[in-house]
This record gives sequence, C-alpha cells and structure tokens, in this order.
Amino acid sequence: MTEAAAEKAPVITTERTGVINWDSLPRRMMVVYVPLILFLLTLLFPFYWMVITAFKPNAELYNFNDYSPFWVSSPTLEHINRLLFQTDYPQWLWTTMVVAVCSTVLSLFVSVLAAYAVQRLRFKGSQWVGLAIYLAYLVPPSILFIPLATMIFKMGLYDSPLALILTYPTFLVPFCTWLLIGYFKSIPYELEECALIDGATRLQIMWKVTLPLAVPGLISAGIFAFTLSWNEFIYALAFIQSSEKKTVPVAVLTQLVEGDVYHWGSLMAGALLGSIPVALIYSFFVDYYVSSLTGAVKE
Amino acid sequence: MASAATVWDGRRPEQSWLSRKLDDRRVLAILFMLPVAALLLTFLSYPLGLGIWLGFTDTRIGRDGIWIGLENYTYLFEDSVFWLSVFNTIVYTVLATILKFALGLWLALLLNHHLPFKSLIRAIVLLPWIVPTVLSAIAFWWIYDPQFSIISYVLKGMGIIDTNIDFLGEPWNARLSLIAANVWRGIPFVAISLLAGLQTISPSLYEAAMIDGATAWERFVHVTVPMLMPILAVVLTFSVLFTFTDFQLVYAITRGGPNNATHLMATLAFQRAIPGGYLGEGAAIAVAMIPFLVASTIFSYVALARRKWQQGGSDD
Repeated sequence: MTEAAAEKAPVITTERTGVINWDSLPRRMMVVYVPLILFLLTLLFPFYWMVITAFKPNAELYNFNDYSPFWVSSPTLEHINRLLFQTDYPQWLWTTMVVAVCSTVLSLFVSVLAAYAVQRLRFKGSQWVGLAIYLAYLVPPSILFIPLATMIFKMGLYDSPLALILTYPTFLVPFCTWLLIGYFKSIPYELEECALIDGATRLQIMWKVTLPLAVPGLISAGIFAFTLSWNEFIYALAFIQSSEKKTVPVAVLTQLVEGDVYHWGSLMAGALLGSIPVALIYSFFVDYYVSSLTGAVKE
Repeated sequence: MASAATVWDGRRPEQSWLSRKLDDRRVLAILFMLPVAALLLTFLSYPLGLGIWLGFTDTRIGRDGIWIGLENYTYLFEDSVFWLSVFNTIVYTVLATILKFALGLWLALLLNHHLPFKSLIRAIVLLPWIVPTVLSAIAFWWIYDPQFSIISYVLKGMGIIDTNIDFLGEPWNARLSLIAANVWRGIPFVAISLLAGLQTISPSLYEAAMIDGATAWERFVHVTVPMLMPILAVVLTFSVLFTFTDFQLVYAITRGGPNNATHLMATLAFQRAIPGGYLGEGAAIAVAMIPFLVASTIFSYVALARRKWQQGGSDD
C-alpha cells in the first residue's frame, strides 16, 4: 500500500506540470513493459510449441512426467525426415509455390492496369469503378466457393491447379488494385505532365515514369498477393482432390492425419515448414508490408 | 539551312493509326479495364448470382438441379442444426470481435510508447497474422489436445485443476477455444492498424488537453477515441466481415464438432455442399449469410464513420 502511494505521488506532480512521458520507471514497468511482454509471449507461444514439437522424439512428446514439456532433451529430425521422404510434402510445397506465384503475377498484371486506369486515366465514372472493385473485396470466399465449384466442374478444371490460379485473383485483384490506386495517388501528377509535354506517349509514360516510381507499391502488393494465395484454404479444399495436387495448408490437414492416429510431430513439422516461405518473404520486406498495410487502411 | 524540318509546326511526328489509338486516353482506359472486368465478372459477379440461383434449386454434385422455389429455405427453417450454426456464428463474431478490439487497442497503446527493439517487436506482433491460418490452427489443435494439452499441464502444475480440461469435447469449451484461437490470430491486424491511427494523432492535442487539466483517462476518451474513429470503422468492418465468414479455423480444429456444436454457417454450408453433395442446400446456407453480412457491414461502417463527417472530417 505504501509503495503504491509513493509511486502515485510523483506521477500526479508530473501530470500537473504538463510534461508527457516522464512517468517514473517502476510505474512504466508495470503499465507498459509487463503487459507488453505478456502479449508478446502469448503471441509467440503457439510457434514455440510448434517448433519444439517438430523436433521432439515421440518418447518425449507423450511423456510429460519424465521430461519437461517445455524443452527438448534429445532433438530429432525424425519427423521432418518422415515428412520429406515418406509423404508427398515436397510435391505439395511445389504446387503451392507454383499456384501462389502464377496467381500473384496474374493479379499484379490485372491490378496495375486497372489501378492506372482508375487513378491516372480518369475516365467518366472511374471513381465508381474504383468503389465497385473495393466492394468486390468484401465478397467473402465462403459465399462463392459452392457456385465456383460447379463452374470449375463444368469447365473441366476440377482437380487442376489451374482452377486455383484462376480463382485466387477474385480476392487478390480487388485488394491489390485498391492498394495500387492509393500508391499511384501518392506519385505527383506533374511528373507525367512533364513527360506528356516532352512528347512521350501514354504507354511510355506509364512504363517509364509511373511504374518505376511505383516499385515499392508493386512489391507490397506482390507480397500481399503471395501470402494470401499461400494461406488460401477453402478453394483449395473444395477444388482439388488428388493428394499430389493439394496445397500445403490443405494437405497437412487432410493427408497427414491417418484415421484417429495423429502424428503430432510430423503435423507440427509440416506446419512449421509450410510457414517458413511466407515468414522469410515477409521478414525481407517487413517495412514495405507495414507501411502499405497501414497506408491501405488509412485510405 | 532553311529546311522545313527545323521549323517545328507544333505537332508531334506522324504516328501510325494504332499508336495514335493507343495514345487516346479513353481507348487506353477501356483496354486497361478489360482484364479486370473479364476476371471479376466471370469469377466473382457471375458466381455470386449463380449461388443465389443454386439456393433455389435441388442441385447435387454431378446432377443439374431444377427450380424448387423456397424449399431449401423452408427446410433450413425447420433444421435445428442450421439455427445452431446461426447462433454459433453470431456468438463467435460478437465475442471474438469485442476481444480482438479490446486487446488490439490495448496492444496498440502499448506499442505507441517509446520502446527498445521496435522493429523486432513489430515483427513478432505481426507473425500470427502472416503464418497460414490453417497451420497455426493445427498448433492450437495440439495445444487443445485432450490428453497432452500444455494448458492443462500448466494449470495442473499450479494446482488450479485436477483433471485435464476437455477443450474440444464440450460444446462451450470448444466454442470458447475456437474464439480464443481466432482472437489470437486477429489481434495483430487490429493492433498494427490502430497503431498507425494513433501515430497520426498530433501530440499538441494531448498537450492542450493536459493544460486543460484532463486526466489520462479523459485524454483517452476525449482525444484518442474520437481521433481513431475513422480507422476503427474500417478495421471493424473488415474484422466483422472476415470473422462472420470464417471457415478455416473451425474446419481445421473441430470440423464443426462435437455433435455440430461449433458449426459456423460457412462450415455447415461446406459440409452439406461438398462432402454431403447437396450443392443447392449448401448454397442456400451461404446465401443466408448475405443479409447478416450486409447488415453488419452497414452498421459498423455507418455507426462509426458517420461521426467523421459530423466532426467535419473530409471523406477520403
């Protein structure tokens, strides 16, 4: 009680003098650092648990009495080994990569053109088209997957990765376009006017003036599209049937569980390996990512 | 010396018909809009309409359906599992959204202090959002294991409980476990977006409030919250929309069990349509989500965004 009172006193005086951020250290500890550390631990714990399970031998995994569950006494590569050499895991990774890269490239191409037309060519009603594209992002895949499944079936694309490459842009394009419209808006229009006066054609202006300046925007749209395609689940679950054509998230969930036997070690190893590509990409571009995320939300 | 070529007549060099057309703003705009129009009309607008139509038919996998009017809907109206899924979806959305925003706002306020290792902390915070949902859901599945749950182990060690918690076996335990996993995954997006909003608030507003003698709580209520409203509206709209239509987390962790107790409308639609084969009925369930979605979007956007123009903010 006395300690609390002693802590409170200087705070009140500093507040009254109108100085910000001069709280005493113990108070700052309690109010900022302790909750923050608790938050970070909670956010990290499932990953820690994933990593540690992936490297634990089965003997330790199912025996909490003799081994502390929080640590690995004798790490093993057994689960990863099983995953890579006794399942189709490498094939799943490859399929996911191909699907993610193709749908990202397709979406970027479509979005750049659309965003440039809406923001720079400014045809009649262009802001309505921009709004419609934004609204398209609000249509969730859980509503679309049933009719899309019947379409995919009729088009003969069922069980083909092409079905995913064609359907993923439905949620990638609205988002990328929205993001790029915001990015193009930030590039001064005067630059294009100068080029126009110098006799450049509109295609040259777009290709040689605007796009090079928009590279950071293109990179973040690309990262978004790639991670969203990598994470996609419901379309991949509904449109793909044969094991070797499944994407990582679907395959880990449906192929690694054999009946009632859960190989938790391999499951966690599969989840871990499947998370690494997106985590790597994102760690390289984290600054683009955050700035465009926050920028897009502010729009 | 006086050749005509040196006299500039104010025109550009002669161009071919095609390149002149390509330089026309309107022609170019149409050309640039063609791919996006083709893609979104084929794979978004058309299926949206097709889905509504399918809801009025008895289509099954491998067999075209015929128009049966409202039969799917009258059937669902009598179906207790459907109403359970509606109830679950609403509970899931409301509880998860409240928790995500309370905790996310708190985290954003914490991150808004001057901190060491800022970029590292930011990277850690975003991690749950980056990692594929299904893969982190599998980690939660393992954390919620009835026998080897680490949470039960810790609580038993602390002497709080005697037997393992049956996280996914009891209806309410399972619902709350799923909500916890959803909140865990949703906090980063809310926190980082609100942090961006917090950083745009000018410190002079806080100084002015302090000079007027406002306490920390009053500053939060009268400066921070109103200034955050516009961004809060956008983030809330998105969050409600994606929580309401969530599929992956529930499908990965419980698949709607135990005994349909955790089915959301999206998972029930999938269950009936793809493994069950009743595409028409599944489509009807999916279509039944649309009114809820439109209502919650309009509510969260209008209720919060309205305040922006009342305060004289601009519209962009």
